[in-house]
Amino acid sequence: MSDSQDIAEHLATSAQRDEVLELGMWTFLSTEVLLFGGLILSYFVYRHADPQAFLAAGRETRIVIGTVNTALLLTSSFCVAAALQAAEQGARRATRTLLGIAILLGLGFLGLKGVEYLGEYREHLVPGVNFARTGQDAHGIELFFIFYFIATLLHGVHVVAGIGVLAVFAAMATATTARSRYIAGLRTAALYWHFVDLVWIFLFALIYLPGRSS
Amino acid sequence: MTGKNYLTDDYRLGSWFTTTDHKRIAILYFATLIFFFFIGGVAATLIRIELATPGPDVVSADTYNRLFTMHGIIMVWFFLIPSIPNTLGNFIVPLMIGARDLAFPRLNLASWYLFVLGGSVTLFAIFMGGIDTGWTLYTPFSTLYSNSYVSVAVTGIFIAGFSSILTGLNFIVTIHKLRAPGLTWYRLPLFIWSLYATSVILVLATPVLAITLVLLTAERLFGVGIFDPRIGGDPLLFQHLFWFYSHPAVYIMILPGMGVVNELIACYARKKIFGYKFVAWASLAIAAAGFLVWGHHMFVSGQSLTASLVFSFMSFIVAVPSAIKVFNWTATLHKGKIRFDAPMLYALAFIGLFTIGGLTGLFLACLAFDVYATDTYFVVAHFHYIMVGGMVTAYFGGLHYWWPKITGRMYPEYWARAAAILIFFGFNLTFFPQFVLGAEGMPRRYHVYAPEFQIWNVLSSGGASVLAIAYLLPMFYLAYSLFFGARAPANPWGATGLEWQTSSPPPRLNFDRQPVVDGDPYDYAHAPEPQHV
Amino acid sequence: MWRQWIPFWHEGVSPYGGDVDLLFRGLLVASTLVLGLLLFLILLFCIRYRAGNDVDRENHEAKSWHWEIGWTAASLVAFLGLFAWGAAIFLKIYQTPADDLSVFVVAQQWMWKVQHPGGQAEINALHMPINRPVNLVMASQDVIHSFFIPALRLKHDVVPGRYQSIEIEAMRPGHYHLFCAEYCGTDHARMLGEVVAMRPADYAAWLAQQAPSSSLAQQGSALFRQLGCSGCHEGSSSIHAPRLEGLYGKPVPLSDGSTVIADDKYLRDSILLPRSQVAAGYQPVMPSFEGRIDEAQLLQLVAYIKSLATVKP
Ligand code: HEA
Ligand code: HEA
Ligand code: HEC
Ligand code: CUA
Ligand SMILES: [Cu+2]
Repeated sequence: MSDSQDIAEHLATSAQRDEVLELGMWTFLSTEVLLFGGLILSYFVYRHADPQAFLAAGRETRIVIGTVNTALLLTSSFCVAAALQAAEQGARRATRTLLGIAILLGLGFLGLKGVEYLGEYREHLVPGVNFARTGQDAHGIELFFIFYFIATLLHGVHVVAGIGVLAVFAAMATATTARSRYIAGLRTAALYWHFVDLVWIFLFALIYLPGRSS
Repeated sequence: MTGKNYLTDDYRLGSWFTTTDHKRIAILYFATLIFFFFIGGVAATLIRIELATPGPDVVSADTYNRLFTMHGIIMVWFFLIPSIPNTLGNFIVPLMIGARDLAFPRLNLASWYLFVLGGSVTLFAIFMGGIDTGWTLYTPFSTLYSNSYVSVAVTGIFIAGFSSILTGLNFIVTIHKLRAPGLTWYRLPLFIWSLYATSVILVLATPVLAITLVLLTAERLFGVGIFDPRIGGDPLLFQHLFWFYSHPAVYIMILPGMGVVNELIACYARKKIFGYKFVAWASLAIAAAGFLVWGHHMFVSGQSLTASLVFSFMSFIVAVPSAIKVFNWTATLHKGKIRFDAPMLYALAFIGLFTIGGLTGLFLACLAFDVYATDTYFVVAHFHYIMVGGMVTAYFGGLHYWWPKITGRMYPEYWARAAAILIFFGFNLTFFPQFVLGAEGMPRRYHVYAPEFQIWNVLSSGGASVLAIAYLLPMFYLAYSLFFGARAPANPWGATGLEWQTSSPPPRLNFDRQPVVDGDPYDYAHAPEPQHV
Repeated sequence: MWRQWIPFWHEGVSPYGGDVDLLFRGLLVASTLVLGLLLFLILLFCIRYRAGNDVDRENHEAKSWHWEIGWTAASLVAFLGLFAWGAAIFLKIYQTPADDLSVFVVAQQWMWKVQHPGGQAEINALHMPINRPVNLVMASQDVIHSFFIPALRLKHDVVPGRYQSIEIEAMRPGHYHLFCAEYCGTDHARMLGEVVAMRPADYAAWLAQQAPSSSLAQQGSALFRQLGCSGCHEGSSSIHAPRLEGLYGKPVPLSDGSTVIADDKYLRDSILLPRSQVAAGYQPVMPSFEGRIDEAQLLQLVAYIKSLATVKP
């Protein structure tokens, strides 16, 4: 294991490489914050305009699935953190297993999300496709569900990307080359996965909790 | 000449398209941007031809609307935003800070591919039949009424946005982490400071545009009414989101120009920039305050009067750091040893034209006057003075300045000065009459207009043809110099800055030895004399 | 007034027109001074300190903060002054209209439809008396347009989904351009009109000559019956719905406990989105008329309900 394999040719030391990766990911996450931030801002604008409808719409969501999904993501985040620790200690098998579990949990999340979407489709809650609600709050509910679908789809794309990244790291977990580079990469990937998790917690609060608090 | 440089490193064409060398990627960007500038310029030319007479004669109303939309979209997102950062910045930043490449070379290449993809999608929309919403894409026109290829074009912009984000990210990390030993923040050239500020905006503003475009496309494709008043949506929310991105974006389109001008003035006045720290922090101040003024595009839209007052006030505040820069540049000339090479001519033109553009920005920030002037040619003239007179001029200046470094050849000085002067005259002739038009009340985006406006339009169209020729000149003599220009020494201008300490063109990994910095920037007291005649 | 002594001065056509012009000239003078100073200095330095010239360049690195603080402060003060000046006139332009004479404007691709309270309707023209503030109530049928009369130094966007009231007043008779200033599609450049400001007597004559069959409120009254509103809102209806007499301008308690003033916007929302604000004590049974009536009809209904303001229920 030579050091040169560990470091790209334009970098000087492995410490520099680790710093570069970490700052890169934090910068990337700051753009993600604004991406979701713009969306959440629009949510609040409309929630402010029509609070009642948003409460009513919140009650239409499936809190059970939402809660289970939150648990899945939190657990998978924990697994990724543990995988990172295992990798740092040289436990390659454990790294791979833990990452595998995290990936399965992520897939489970997506699966449940699919079930949830199907339910909403059956209940005619998909704006632009088959939305059919009448009554007092119909417009507000429609706005809520537009937000709901865009936000969760966008988040879903992030989950898919995250699963892809974790899969690559799981596959490479037992390879023999470039250990320190691998660990630095995994640390960055873990940061991303935690972020995806965090976004979900915000979405959870905005989607499932309104109208259920009291 | 010692050994290979980045150009002669590998001759295969494939080596260009898989390169991770920031210098080669800069060249790829350069070629792409010239192409887009040309397309945007052809659209501008057609606009000016149509407007030479009050009636509709050359193109139909629908075509005209597509022309200015495509002109705006291409010029903003596919030319001006990436212009200096992705070509000069890509090439020079690592050299200036003594690094071997950007922090993420492969991401850099990926960002070029994304850019090309985004550009192709947008061009596809244009060839399919175009888009007629104006570059501002206001709802509900863009979502519920326009029959043009809005979604496709918007997808192109969306993709190009990611290219912007990746570039900004790359610069931020590079500037933080890859500086040569001894190169502290206050020893950085001001070009780096301004690109750093630019990158912060790219990273923080572009995602808001992305999400806005997603909402717009969702509304358009699925007929869901996010901005549709009929189901309680708010059309103005779109404007807020759009300008939250687009006002900071105008600083993406000027800060890099200011950065280039710092280098040029210091080099050709042979002095350190007056008030270095003020200028450095002014860039960041512009970037930060620029996020708080977006509502000045909406003074007559029906936003609350209080909001308008606040946004107007903030617009004046954000002008202060720009004022600081202009005054500092002027002060730098004092007791300098000024040479008037072509890059310096561009720099001087920049100061004048940017100031005019900026001052008229103050007119527009002034509430009562904006009620009258908004959506008239006064606005058109304002932003062309800054974007074309300022940024494009700085771009040309920087291009000439670093041309020897990039290509290893000297450009013909005589022709370069002639072109600079011609551009200056052509530019003013094109856009100054538009201030008059605006002051007389001619609305923008008008395909036909009242006859009393004709005289100024004719002047403007005349100027545009001078400008078009003037812009073509550099293409010819720069291409000529590639083959017949004199070989460039490492440091033809006797400039400070690490990029001049390596050979022209630089080797594949920029420096044969890791440079070390032990002094202030712009130390012209100890710089070598210029080597060319 | 002292303004007359300014070269090329024209008194404005609207009450604040002169103020805007003065502001413009003030801005011009300020920027010409700043620009002139800058160009002068640049030129001076360029000539004096050109490379070939042998002058004293001693001490050129010496610098003091005083200069920077100085010009930063000077710009700031100048900027604040300009801000305040512009803001003061702005508030005058967009002051809340006196509810005197209301004229209604409906913008749609690509024309301006104007309705006078007496029922006179016109397209791409707006007749108005001079020296009398007119309250323009504007609405858009489709996309955003912008109502722009250069001569009056007045402009305001017309955004679909809401009413926009602005005050407009001309002080000299004449024909003035009306432009659409917000891009609105194919014939944006042809969405033009004319504002005709007339002496009160001429205006009265013009109104009479238009000879409307019925006033705006009367047209609204007819619609009110035709659309079935009267079925619920009048007399001996079996449905429990509020009477609309005396409603306009009064506070209305809503079912969610809040109170709103029944202004034009409230009436409009009550008709298009009845469920967004439900009057306290009533069931939300009123159907939405969204899509069933256009902006012009809406204005007639609103005019009718407004005309009931003084009627005792
Ligand atoms: C690179 C692009 C760029 C830049 C840098 C700016 C800079 C500024 N812009 Fe501009 N602007 C645009 C591009 C840009 N703008 C575009 C594209 C539009 C139209 C978009 C559309 O609708 O299509 C627009 C529109 C626009 C509007 C809205 C007009 C309207 O539609 O109604 C306003 C209003 O406030 C405005 C203001 C300003 C101000 C105050 C600055 C300031 O930052 C300027 C600061 C600089 C100076 C002030 C000059 C130097 C200062 C001195 C020398 C100081 C001394 C002066 C005194 C003491 C008086 N701009
Ligand atoms: C960002 C950069 C940018 C640049 C560089 C330019 C460059 C130019 N623009 Fe730009 N312009 C915008 C951004 C820009 N513009 C924006 C954002 C809008 C608003 C759009 C909207 O309303 O939505 C606008 C709108 C706009 C209008 C108003 C249209 C309207 O409101 O109806 C006009 C009118 O004169 C105009 C003219 C020009 C001209 C003459 C140039 C010249 O400087 C261009 C000169 C360059 C060339 C000419 C290219 C090189 C030469 C050739 C290719 C010659 C060969 C050509 C032929 C043989 C045909 N522009
Ligand atoms: C089916 C019966 C029904 C019809 C038809 C109907 N309304 Fe109503 N309207 C109601 C009821 C009930 C309310 C009170 C509840 C509410 O505010 O929504 C109401 C409220 C209103 C209000 C608000 C009054 C207040 O005191 O706050 C206005 C204004 C109004 N209607 C106008 C109209 C107009 C104009 C039409 C015809 C175009 C119309 N309505 C047709 C039943 C009706
Ligand atoms: Cu209506 Cu432009
Ligand atoms: Cu702006």
